[in-house]
Amino acid sequence: MTEVVLQTLNLCKSFGALAANDNITLELRKGEIHALIGPNGAGKSTLIKQIAGGLRPDSGCVRFLGEDVTTLGTVSRARRGLGRTFQISALAMDFTVLQNVMLGALGARGNVYHFFKPVLKETKLQAVAMNALERVGLARVSARRTAELSHGQRRQLEVAVALTLKPKVFLMDEPMAGLGVDGSKNLIHFLDELRAEAPILLVEHDMDAVFALADRISVLVYGKIIVTGSVDEVRNNVEVRRAYLGQR
Amino acid sequence: MRREALFNIALSALLLGVPLWAWIADEPYIITLATRVAIFALAGVGLNLALGLGGLVSLGHAAFFGIGGYAMGILASHAQSYSPIMEVPFLIQGTKSMPLIWLVAMLSSAFAAFMIGLLSLRTTGVYFIMVTLAFGQMFYYFAISWPAYGGEDGLSIYVRNGFPGLNTLDPIQFFAICYVLLGLVLFFSARLARSSFGLALSGARQNAERVQTVGIDTFRLRLVAFTLSGAITGLAGALFADLNRFVSPTMFTWQTSGEIMIFVILGGVSRLYGPVAGAALFILLEYVLGGLSEFWHIYLGVLLLLVVLFARGGLIGVLAGREVAHD
Repeated sequence: MTEVVLQTLNLCKSFGALAANDNITLELRKGEIHALIGPNGAGKSTLIKQIAGGLRPDSGCVRFLGEDVTTLGTVSRARRGLGRTFQISALAMDFTVLQNVMLGALGARGNVYHFFKPVLKETKLQAVAMNALERVGLARVSARRTAELSHGQRRQLEVAVALTLKPKVFLMDEPMAGLGVDGSKNLIHFLDELRAEAPILLVEHDMDAVFALADRISVLVYGKIIVTGSVDEVRNNVEVRRAYLGQR
Repeated sequence: MRREALFNIALSALLLGVPLWAWIADEPYIITLATRVAIFALAGVGLNLALGLGGLVSLGHAAFFGIGGYAMGILASHAQSYSPIMEVPFLIQGTKSMPLIWLVAMLSSAFAAFMIGLLSLRTTGVYFIMVTLAFGQMFYYFAISWPAYGGEDGLSIYVRNGFPGLNTLDPIQFFAICYVLLGLVLFFSARLARSSFGLALSGARQNAERVQTVGIDTFRLRLVAFTLSGAITGLAGALFADLNRFVSPTMFTWQTSGEIMIFVILGGVSRLYGPVAGAALFILLEYVLGGLSEFWHIYLGVLLLLVVLFARGGLIGVLAGREVAHD
């Protein structure tokens, strides 16, 4: 039996009369990429927020590394090793690229409360940060202001910040969104190797990427998971075709 | 060298040069004006830590300015009347020693900032502004209705407090004290902005979710920043009270909070020397325009509008260009 790293059990979340997430049970196993797909408004973002800690579920629970983390906030979950990237880049735009990654390295170190030593002289943090930038191919632009980066580079930077945390799980919300053909190809290759480091829960609209990467796919429609299975199982599932793929 | 660094050096030299000239030319009033600039700048540096670096728009910093002032007033008034502050359960005497007064002023305003921050930092945006304003007003009304220390009339201290080895009643020596303290706090503040704490705080201002996602508690971060900010403004309050040898509830008014914020905005939010430039400009306007008309505040208002609409970087932004990322 493969080890389950992250798990949601009967997760429910409603906004008024709208059941955004209805009884969602999902698991992420060691070494896998588990893709979560579904049409717009299916409740993917709601689910991600509940897993990351920004949103409390109405009922059900989230288990991470065997521990019930349902009542913990974003910060505690990040501390336990949940590395998240955002659908819309959440970066400090006035910072340089390096400063953004240093922020991640700082979070990973835990102790933020150094008041006097210049952060750019903290060589250990700098090494962690530069290493992450090199891995995503952003080392050359480390001194540039983040606001000046292209959209694709910002996506890469998001991944680099998550890397500095050395997370036990990656939670990636549409990392391919807005990337060009080359960019997507590079990122697919990168994520392919990354799964050995930590499993990835991947929310993605780019079906080519999902079919290329996913070990398993869960399909979310109107707040419910209608099927979880391998790429072929999902591809051939009648309900999925009707609800989702057929529309494209 | 960067233009901003040159500007900072020029400003420091000017703030030192003008009172030195006034000392030689025997113009004590000018020295007092320069001392006011240094003290207001110090209060602004305190606020800038919360406002500029942390993005915490506090309209209640008069509370810390006033607490600093009353810390001086209470300690010194007991010392001059030879009556202890309390005898039970242990004896606490008043004091006329500046360093001791500064310490008490900073500790008590830091404590107040911690408590206010604990409650108000749960809100953001306009709500935060309103909650801090409300706390500031609470202190104001408390000071007015506390007859033991003068109530509405305030407290007069007859002789300025002492500093070992200096004659603090000599305007230029008292100016030197304020100038050196301002320099020290500016140095500390510059280091802090570049430290890992500064990086995290500034990150939290730009994107709080990002900072939380890497496992850093933004509430704690802001609470620490707010506390430090309050302590610095409290120190400025103690100096201001010593400059006037008088403390009154006026220090607690929301106009005071507004003025401290004006120093920061006029000079340039989040710029190290922003509050220094802003306070200097404020005092200059008060001196020049105040001589022309009683209603000089209307010109200040117009200037403030112009800065907010057209020069978001304040005076330093206009003279030294856009802010560049550190290093």
